[in-house]
Amino acid sequence: MADEFILSIFRGDADGGQEVEYRVPRVEGMVVLDAVHHVQAHEAQDLAVRWNCKAAHCGSCSAEINGVPKLMCKTRLDEYEGQTVHIQPMKTFPIIKDLVTDVSWNYEVAKKIPAFHPTVAAPFRMQQWDVDRIQEFHHCIECFLCQDVCHVLRDHQEKSQYYGPRFMVKMAEFEMHPMDRADRIPQIKNEGGIGLCNVTKCCTSVCPQHIHITDNAIIPLKERVADRYYDPIRNFFRKLGGKGDESQPE
Amino acid sequence: MAQTSQPGVNHPKPRFGKMPYWVEPVFTLIAFSGFVIYALWEVLFHNTGTYHNYVSPFFSPDIAGWLGVHILTALYVAWMPFVFRFSCYYYRKEYYRAFTFHPFGCAVPEPKSHQTRPYKGEWKINNLHRYTWFLAVFVLIFLWKDVVQAFIFPNGFGVGVGSLILLVNAILLTGYTFSCHAWRNMIGGRKDCFSCTAHGKKPVSYGIWRRVSALNVFHGWWAWASMFSVWIADLYVRLLIMGVIHDVRLF
Repeated sequence: MADEFILSIFRGDADGGQEVEYRVPRVEGMVVLDAVHHVQAHEAQDLAVRWNCKAAHCGSCSAEINGVPKLMCKTRLDEYEGQTVHIQPMKTFPIIKDLVTDVSWNYEVAKKIPAFHPTVAAPFRMQQWDVDRIQEFHHCIECFLCQDVCHVLRDHQEKSQYYGPRFMVKMAEFEMHPMDRADRIPQIKNEGGIGLCNVTKCCTSVCPQHIHITDNAIIPLKERVADRYYDPIRNFFRKLGGKGDESQPE
Repeated sequence: MAQTSQPGVNHPKPRFGKMPYWVEPVFTLIAFSGFVIYALWEVLFHNTGTYHNYVSPFFSPDIAGWLGVHILTALYVAWMPFVFRFSCYYYRKEYYRAFTFHPFGCAVPEPKSHQTRPYKGEWKINNLHRYTWFLAVFVLIFLWKDVVQAFIFPNGFGVGVGSLILLVNAILLTGYTFSCHAWRNMIGGRKDCFSCTAHGKKPVSYGIWRRVSALNVFHGWWAWASMFSVWIADLYVRLLIMGVIHDVRLF
């Protein structure tokens, strides 16, 4: 067991940069963020890193560790015994400096999500078991690792066409709420671009909160979109019931 | 395909878990290709799948017999589970990764050839998955009839290796079919409020939806297991018909 870890941290900004190697003394149980802080304190005071809680609750310290999107505060260094640990900024977002990226696009998308529209004015009562399934979505810490790994955003840069997994979870949270009356399906299909997701489940695999993003949020939403737009028999009965043709894009 | 500007960042190939990222898609590529080639061999070169009281899943129900057709008899059945699996949400993950490289692995850069072709998302035909579910249930009913038949020998009830293979196959296919995401939506997933139409009580649909959701967690496992069980069941019956092996009666 080595008495130090070797880190290779990206140093640079939007104009370019390169990885710089640092050696950090081993401390039992240390996580990647501990090591980055050690580098910042002893070798590179100008190293930029975003962090807050150091407890996997704030979602600030997202980075790519040996190519895998992870929270630095939740990744133990002893997972990388005998390896050089490459730490890089999230690839999907523009670099500001070193490990800090500009994730403001996500906040612009968040503004497009319609707020909760209750069917009756609060306070109201609802059954706990009716809302159980959306509790999972409340665990999201907005680390944006799912946005980072999503190939639609990462490789195809379709940020103007697809909201990304995080905001599909947000949409699902409201759409499945028993007291919400807003019709979000047209937005999910059109501006939200849910059809661009091809359910390869990378978002689920990197979620530090273990939210079943694909199975419990995106696929149920896709099925609701199919109910509305792609199911000819349901559309026939909808028309028969006088609800008009809702299959047209809005 | 514009890339985010990150000059100087050289992302290494990711490693999720203990295996390199390419192991899963390569396994999928080999397994799916092998199964499709085997299925084509079975469909194109054989017209019967019955050996005494055993019926191969490729030939049940006997739709060709109902129609009075005697060529490519398996084709009349095989297309139904094929479209069900092709539009399955789990299989989409596997084939989009292994066959179209969208993406080949998580956080793995897509091939350069994708830069010249705009990404359009998944195929819209997959939205009809719910209809293919009914086709799968139709076939499944006959497979269970075949299971019963597989335990009835000329001298009465008995158990052969073939009986057990067909039984396990039907169980796995049932698990796969009833853990389907489209079925999960149909049975209750599309409701926002279960209690609203049941005077605050838990309706039957809620209980079913909960159970389907529990099965759905393992949908990928059911998908793989049932694909291999169909393969094994058909191969077993085929080898019996060809006289390569003999069925072992356990009792």
